[in-house]
Amino acid sequence: MTDNTPHRTIVVLVENKAGVLARVADLFARRGYNIISLAVAPTHDDRFSRLTIVVDVESVPLDQIVKQLFKLVNVVEIAELSPSESVERELMMATIKAPQETRGQIIEIVDIFEGKILAVSPDHLTVSLDGRPSKLDDFESLIDAYSIVELQRSGRIALPKIGRDVPRLRAIV
Amino acid sequence: MSEQSTSQPTRLNGGQALILSLEMEGVEVVFGYPGGAILPVYDPIIDSKIRHVLVRHEQGAGHAAEGYAHVTGKPGVCMVTSGPAATNIVTPLADAYLDSVPMVCITGQVALPAIGTDAFQECDTTGITRSITKHNMLVTRAEDIPRAVHEAFHIATTGRPGPVLIDVPKDIVDANNPNAYFDFTYPPDIDLPGYAPAAAPSPTSVDAAVEEMMKAERPVLYVGGGVLKSRGAEVLRRLAEMGNIPVVTTLMARGAFPDSHELCLGMPGMHGNYTAVTAMQRSDLLVAMGSRFDDRVTGKVGAFAPEAKIIHVDIDPAEHGKVRRPDVSVVGDCRVAMEAMVAKLEAKGGSKAFADHTPWRRQLSGWQEKYPLTYQPSAPDELLKPQQVVESLRDACPADTIVSSGVGQHQMWTSQYWRFDHPYTWVNSGGLGTMGFSIPAAIGAKTAFPDRMVWAVDGDGCFQMTGQELITASVERIPIKVALLNNAYLGMVRQWQELFYEERYSEVYLSHEMPDYVKWAESMGCVAFRVEDPSEVDVTIAKANEIDDRPVVVEFRCHSDEKVYPMVPAGGSNDDILVDPSQRGDAE
Repeated sequence: MTDNTPHRTIVVLVENKAGVLARVADLFARRGYNIISLAVAPTHDDRFSRLTIVVDVESVPLDQIVKQLFKLVNVVEIAELSPSESVERELMMATIKAPQETRGQIIEIVDIFEGKILAVSPDHLTVSLDGRPSKLDDFESLIDAYSIVELQRSGRIALPKIGRDVPRLRAIV
Repeated sequence: MSEQSTSQPTRLNGGQALILSLEMEGVEVVFGYPGGAILPVYDPIIDSKIRHVLVRHEQGAGHAAEGYAHVTGKPGVCMVTSGPAATNIVTPLADAYLDSVPMVCITGQVALPAIGTDAFQECDTTGITRSITKHNMLVTRAEDIPRAVHEAFHIATTGRPGPVLIDVPKDIVDANNPNAYFDFTYPPDIDLPGYAPAAAPSPTSVDAAVEEMMKAERPVLYVGGGVLKSRGAEVLRRLAEMGNIPVVTTLMARGAFPDSHELCLGMPGMHGNYTAVTAMQRSDLLVAMGSRFDDRVTGKVGAFAPEAKIIHVDIDPAEHGKVRRPDVSVVGDCRVAMEAMVAKLEAKGGSKAFADHTPWRRQLSGWQEKYPLTYQPSAPDELLKPQQVVESLRDACPADTIVSSGVGQHQMWTSQYWRFDHPYTWVNSGGLGTMGFSIPAAIGAKTAFPDRMVWAVDGDGCFQMTGQELITASVERIPIKVALLNNAYLGMVRQWQELFYEERYSEVYLSHEMPDYVKWAESMGCVAFRVEDPSEVDVTIAKANEIDDRPVVVEFRCHSDEKVYPMVPAGGSNDDILVDPSQRGDAE
């Protein structure tokens, strides 16, 4: 689904302070920018948190989004991660209706995608799958035929490939 | 308290620490209003050398702080309590944010354990003000107060200036709370890893800008508030004179370049004069200097200055390309950028480095002669013409008079007809367009410069919003003067209804008589006059200018149907500018 809109992935290093996520979210809302996905957690250095944001760049150029983000006092660094220069992963969990007749087919799909079965009941399965976001998209479209009860994706996280120089969009040292 | 130094830690409570921190920042005056949550901070004010001006509404505190900041360049400081006081100061915060006014606002907050419980006078102040402040913070420990104050002043005054809010829970400033005491030291540095605005533009961008300036045949310096914020008026003049480049000054930049200078074209935009607007439309190079392509300047963006290349100089990177993509982007402080440009141009031969702008200047002079600002003076028995009042006032006041205005027709007439020959003499609400700005802003300006004459030119609608601050002016002995242009209507709205809503005047009538402005002003301790006859204008202004021991209000009874011209209809192209009816029919 994310592949339909022009989008870019940025990682935003922020000070790990109260309300910073709200500042980022507010900025997107106020300026009419669209977040496709967002993942956030502290980094190995607990003074900072890292946000991986997939942004919709159809109506506004990435350049404007980055400059506005930089105006937030707590934003320390922003870099763009292009798919070819980075490794991306995302986690998905789904509970699927799995009565006797279709259970085998679902398990087969999960196996092909190297997913895991986390929980079983007489007529439901909860499965998990991680991988590149496009792989999750493919899996999602296949299991869609089997009545998804609940589905949660984590939003993508990404790191630059080892040895690649990631363009810092505007770094402050 | 003021004798404290950073080297000798003293045990203080949070409230004392807050006031001492303000003293350490050199704060001379705080505009404020006390209340429950901020009470502990008000106690040490009694012992402080800082002057506190008690306003009559929290909005007044904010606008007064803005007025102080506009004329001094120093951050204005305001302080109010939690809840409704914080929401009352939202408007000035938004105003200061849009006009890049350095301001530090301190709000009380309910005690930490009560936050989130819907306590009495609780509101989510940092949440509400997040998008209308440059930065805000909720302080949660008394010992963090000095750092919060130090960082707030640093953020408010550096880079693109703006308002910063510090929300202070009651318990951390409470003298009765043992945990609110700590050994006070003032941080010598700041710790903001994500904040480092660059003042100096890159030399390559300056070189590229200079190359374009030398080539241009029809250049215009499109000067905005950033020139004033950077204290760049002097070098602007050097640049304009060296290059023989005409200058337009936006509503936020009036006074940044002298109106009486031969290169000055005056104000552009929706109610700008014909030459300023049309010069931009026909220009081949706009040097946007601390201006932001506001919709009130550009009109329809797609039709704005279609032949012009753009050099954009602004300290805020996000302004570059926000509205119009620049051909040359110079990110940095306007003054620093202009100094670099002037140095570069001097090395290239100074005036000789530029193309010949004589034909361009001749064309502009032709427009100036053909389409000056104009109006029909009132006939003997008619009510006053507001433009005439502004002209009379202008001619009767010293050149360094500070003028503030509210928002609406009177604001445009003042900007058009005053002669701004000095920077920092014009105080107004440009971006947010806040009615009621003028009186409290004038109080702030007069507080900063008690020896200068300060006139608030106000409308009747605006006066009714913040007129009660004249009580503040009387009680605190801040003798501002108010020229109330009473046209009995919300004039600007009426103008739009006349022109664009088939003269259907919906909810814009206020009346000349109600309230009785003279009685109202007198009840607030002011000297008040009413002028209805054109022959009384000059003599009454002279009387008002004689009074310097209390505020003065002069009510000028004005025509109701006078309109502000020229006008670019909203959303229209600047090419469709409507000049005064007397000048129409012979447009080129």
